[in-house]
Amino acid sequence: MAAGLNVMEITQTHYIVLSVLLFCIGAVGVLVRRNAIVIFLCVEIMLNAVNIALVAFSRGLDQNRGEVFVFFVIAVAAAESAIGLSLLILLYRQKRTLDVDEINSLKG
Amino acid sequence: MESLPILSIITFLPLLGIGIIALIPGKNKNLVHAFITIFTGITFLISLFLINAFKADTSGFQFIEKINWIPSVGIQYFMGLDGISIYLVILTTFLTFIASISAYTAIEIRVKEFAITLLFLEVGMIGVFLALDLFLFYIFWELILIPMYLMIGIWGGKNRLYASLKFFLYTLAGSTLMLLAAIYMAYQVKLQTGQMSFSLLDMQALTLTPKIQTPLFLAFALAFAIKVPYFPFHTWLPDAHTEAPTAGSVILAGVLLKMGTYGFIRFNIPLFPDATVALAPFMSILAVVGIVYGAFMALVQTDVKRLVAYSSVSHMGFIMLGIFALNEEGLNGAVLQMLNHGISTGMLFLLVGMIYERRHTRMINEYGGIAKKMPIFAVYTMIAMLSSIALPGTNGFVGEFLILSGGFLRDHALGIIATSGVIFGAVYMLWMYQRVFLGKIVKKENEELTDLNFREQFILIPLVVLIFAIGVYPGYMLKTFKEPVRALIEMTSAKFNDENTVQKPNATIETSVEKKL
Amino acid sequence: MIENVWLITALPLAGFIIIGLLGNRFGEKLSGIIASLFSSLAFIVTAMIFIEVLTKEESARKIVVKLFDWIVAGKINASVAYQIDPLSLVMTLVVTGVGSLIHFYSIGYMHGDKLSAKYFAYLNLFMFSMLNLVLGSNLLIMFLGWEGVGLCSYLLIGYYYETKEAGDAGKKAFIVNRIGDFGFLIGIFLIIFVFGTLDFSELEHLAKDHHSGELVIFWITLMLFIGATGKSAQIPLYVWLPDAMAGPTPVSALIHAATMVTSGVYMLARLSFLYVKAPETMFIICIIGALTALFAATIGMLQNDIKKVLAYSTVSQLGYMFMGVGAGAFSAGIFHVVTHAFFKALLFLGAGSVIYAMHHEQDIRNMGGLRKKLPITHITFLIGTLAIAGTPLFSGFFSKDEILWKVFNYSPAIWVIGATGALITSYYMFRLYFVTFYGESRSHDHHGLDGHDQGVHESPLIMTLPLIILAVLALAGGFLGIPHILDIFHSGNIIEEFLHHSVSDNAVVSHGKYMEILLMGISVLLAFVGFIFSYKLFFKNKGIPRKDEEYAGLQKTVYNKYYIDEIYNIAFVKSIYHFALVLWRAFDVFVIDGIVNGVARLLKNLGQGMRETETGVVHDYMMYMAGGLVSFFVLLFLFYL
Repeated sequence: MAAGLNVMEITQTHYIVLSVLLFCIGAVGVLVRRNAIVIFLCVEIMLNAVNIALVAFSRGLDQNRGEVFVFFVIAVAAAESAIGLSLLILLYRQKRTLDVDEINSLKG
Repeated sequence: MESLPILSIITFLPLLGIGIIALIPGKNKNLVHAFITIFTGITFLISLFLINAFKADTSGFQFIEKINWIPSVGIQYFMGLDGISIYLVILTTFLTFIASISAYTAIEIRVKEFAITLLFLEVGMIGVFLALDLFLFYIFWELILIPMYLMIGIWGGKNRLYASLKFFLYTLAGSTLMLLAAIYMAYQVKLQTGQMSFSLLDMQALTLTPKIQTPLFLAFALAFAIKVPYFPFHTWLPDAHTEAPTAGSVILAGVLLKMGTYGFIRFNIPLFPDATVALAPFMSILAVVGIVYGAFMALVQTDVKRLVAYSSVSHMGFIMLGIFALNEEGLNGAVLQMLNHGISTGMLFLLVGMIYERRHTRMINEYGGIAKKMPIFAVYTMIAMLSSIALPGTNGFVGEFLILSGGFLRDHALGIIATSGVIFGAVYMLWMYQRVFLGKIVKKENEELTDLNFREQFILIPLVVLIFAIGVYPGYMLKTFKEPVRALIEMTSAKFNDENTVQKPNATIETSVEKKL
Repeated sequence: MIENVWLITALPLAGFIIIGLLGNRFGEKLSGIIASLFSSLAFIVTAMIFIEVLTKEESARKIVVKLFDWIVAGKINASVAYQIDPLSLVMTLVVTGVGSLIHFYSIGYMHGDKLSAKYFAYLNLFMFSMLNLVLGSNLLIMFLGWEGVGLCSYLLIGYYYETKEAGDAGKKAFIVNRIGDFGFLIGIFLIIFVFGTLDFSELEHLAKDHHSGELVIFWITLMLFIGATGKSAQIPLYVWLPDAMAGPTPVSALIHAATMVTSGVYMLARLSFLYVKAPETMFIICIIGALTALFAATIGMLQNDIKKVLAYSTVSQLGYMFMGVGAGAFSAGIFHVVTHAFFKALLFLGAGSVIYAMHHEQDIRNMGGLRKKLPITHITFLIGTLAIAGTPLFSGFFSKDEILWKVFNYSPAIWVIGATGALITSYYMFRLYFVTFYGESRSHDHHGLDGHDQGVHESPLIMTLPLIILAVLALAGGFLGIPHILDIFHSGNIIEEFLHHSVSDNAVVSHGKYMEILLMGISVLLAFVGFIFSYKLFFKNKGIPRKDEEYAGLQKTVYNKYYIDEIYNIAFVKSIYHFALVLWRAFDVFVIDGIVNGVARLLKNLGQGMRETETGVVHDYMMYMAGGLVSFFVLLFLFYL
């Protein structure tokens, strides 16, 4: 109908690819970055990537189970960030650094 | 009287003692010592009732107690006594009693904990000799490890930590394969009878191919061999014996080593008769090596306790030779010698402990000429020594003679080499005796020595009486285990013949096949 | 009384227990009296049984009295049982008789030694063991006695335990005996293997089914003989006997002359029914006996300790006994046991009397001139010397000659060795006699142990009376065994006939009467020649043996006992010890324990290695997780392709 515009259909695949990309970005970030807060951010990215995948599949299967699950994930992520960040604050008070590589007193 | 679970009573009575001791204030050392003496004495007296109620001339188990414990895997609480184990149990309670008396002046710190350790040990030891369910046996077998570890590690000598850890790990490692084999056997019982069972009697009824018997035999044998100790698994013994306190050494030598030989008799022979017969030559060779090797080692020791420890290696070699001679003379001799060794080596360790308490050294060259100051002590040591080198008239001779006869009848060459052990035994013992007791007093510290007091003689006299009583009239004991021994021999003697008759069935099959063609 | 034969062994045992427990309270004199009493009672019981047995017919003279079962298992069925027969009676009479005399003698000899209650206890224990040995009706009781006398030997030789000499000697005796016992045990095991019984009567019965010269019989007899060489001090196990002189002299008399050392001969006689079926072993026994007899005699020629001379003499005389037994003359060997018991005990007790009088001096170079000062000792010692040298009419003459005669019939070559030994025996015994009792007193060079010179005087009656009794026996004892050709009294060879059924003599006599008389004459001549040599050297020229440093060359070697002890020490004692030491250090500690500790160290290092992975750095853990996850998926992918 709309002449001239080559509009790409956004299919489920696009969402999954986005999810995977985000997940990988997040995973690499967790593995590589040294700042604890940045690691948390990357974990959030990973979680949101999973959320995207869940929504996509939920839509694709025409069920709302996946979307409901997303709410769970969001809630858990929120709780976990709260605890994690408070632990981080306490850790900073002890070690005066947020560089994860420097916090190795639990070595075997 | 018949319906009383007397075996369980004897086994778990020491637990009651632990409960009572926990209430006694630990500061009052004498009270703790007195209590434990009385308690182990009571246990000993109760065990004597067993002799009264025991019926000799049968080979089966008596006073049986059988309760289903974990039915899903076939584990039962199965305890029983026969002619072979009855005197081992009594030896255990007796030596624990003696050890508790010997501890009066030897154990000064943490007396309460020591008493608890000793009682715990007693539970495990008695349980080992009475358990007829393999899982139950394993529990008791492992149970003694921790108290012994503590006993050596806390109240022992200078090198005690190394010695106790070595003992613990070595013995534990050996036992694990045994557990594996036991589980396999229980599973086999399930395959062959439909129901899983760890009971010894059910396992005995199994038919196992000779091929599978050998690894199973070896798995069990490893655990027992380390305990005996069999050459070359003996190196934990000198360290453990030397570093342990007197009471620990007495129990270690008197009872714990017997658990190993008992294991061979109770489990290896009846469960794996084919493998026993096949491997008997190999085991006998190792035993004879142990005899001579142990004697040679004892010869060059400078620490008198280490010397006695190596002599134990040599003596246990004799016992193992008697077992694997697989004839009535040898096996009867071995069972008797198990008791004899407990008495005479226990006595030797007590004596060493007594002199150690006076001079706080075990080095032979620190002594010399002390017979002048301690004549009574010299006499007791002489008696223990004579029993150890098997002088006729002492208990050691009866056992050793039977073992050597049995060994010789089975294999002439091994018997001859083993008999040379009597020479070496005399050499290291007499030389030690001379260096310690005879000659002039050289070190002036030895001038202050006091002879044995009443308490010390009190624990030595019953041992002396036993040495001569068994030496002169061993029939009383031999009668008790004659039948179980005969039953065991019959189990294996059939295997000796089987090797010759295997050929015939094959021959008939072949001819019938040929005819068809 | 026969049923009560157990009293013979029970009495000394009771003595041992009583003195052992209460001796310190009794004191030395009472202990000695008690010990002698029990020993004498045993002798009386023996005598009573002996008389009772004499009234029986020859064929009914074997009685076995069983007490109780001892060791019963499998083929082994040994009970505590005693056998009364002519052979055991002869031995028992000698043991209890001579033994009791020595007990009484000891009361005098050990006077002043406050601790001698222990001595008397041991002496009684010895009697108990020895009597078990000779009265036992099976090999196991004999072995009980066998080892028992070894123990008592150890205890009594080492009696003066504060001296290194005594301790070493006792230990040596026990261990060398044990080496012999090893052979004995192998013999016993072989007997169980072949015959299935240890009882003498049963063995005698079963032995009839075996042929002469069978290999098993050879080995059994040879192994048992090795046991005998240990106990009876033959080559190669004689080395303990001379050292055993470190013990009190009555001990040397009893154990190392009259009784214990003859156990080997007794054992061969008791098992003679077996030995006659082993001609090879008999030959070996005869040769070794002869060589020992000569070898020991040569050493005895030069020794200067009065007891050492007698010790080597004992070894030598035992050699004669074995020579006779080897030639098949078992009763002649036993006869010599009896006469030797008399004159050797006499000689040792006499030496003891000398030592006692000289305040424990033992070197004959410091003696001399004792003839007048110790009259009784002197005369009795002379009688003993004459007996051992083989002077006609004395006991030694009859017994030794009987042996030499039988040996000549067996092998003239061996007879030559024996005859040479007899010559040397006469020489060294008279040398001993002359140097000790004649000449001038050399003892003033050497003051007594307590400083002041108490003078040298005769020993008390309790010591001299046994000497006299033994002297009479040494004189008259020979008449128990008069050979047929000299049988003027027509009494017959009493001892040979008495022993007839209990030992199996099989000595063949192939030469005639005139040969026997000729040989007898040669023996007397040789004894006389030996006497003349020593007379010339030590009486007429008043020659004294030299000081130790003056010996040289061959004499030095012989004087030092051919250095055999030193050779044994290096070849056996030191080498075994050093081997064991190396074995311990290099093998037990380094290899076996090394493996044990090595395993422990391996595990520890393994753990240390694995510990490196726990860095504490979170990123590392996450890497592990990621890596693990990735590899898991890769593997999954691969497997499902």
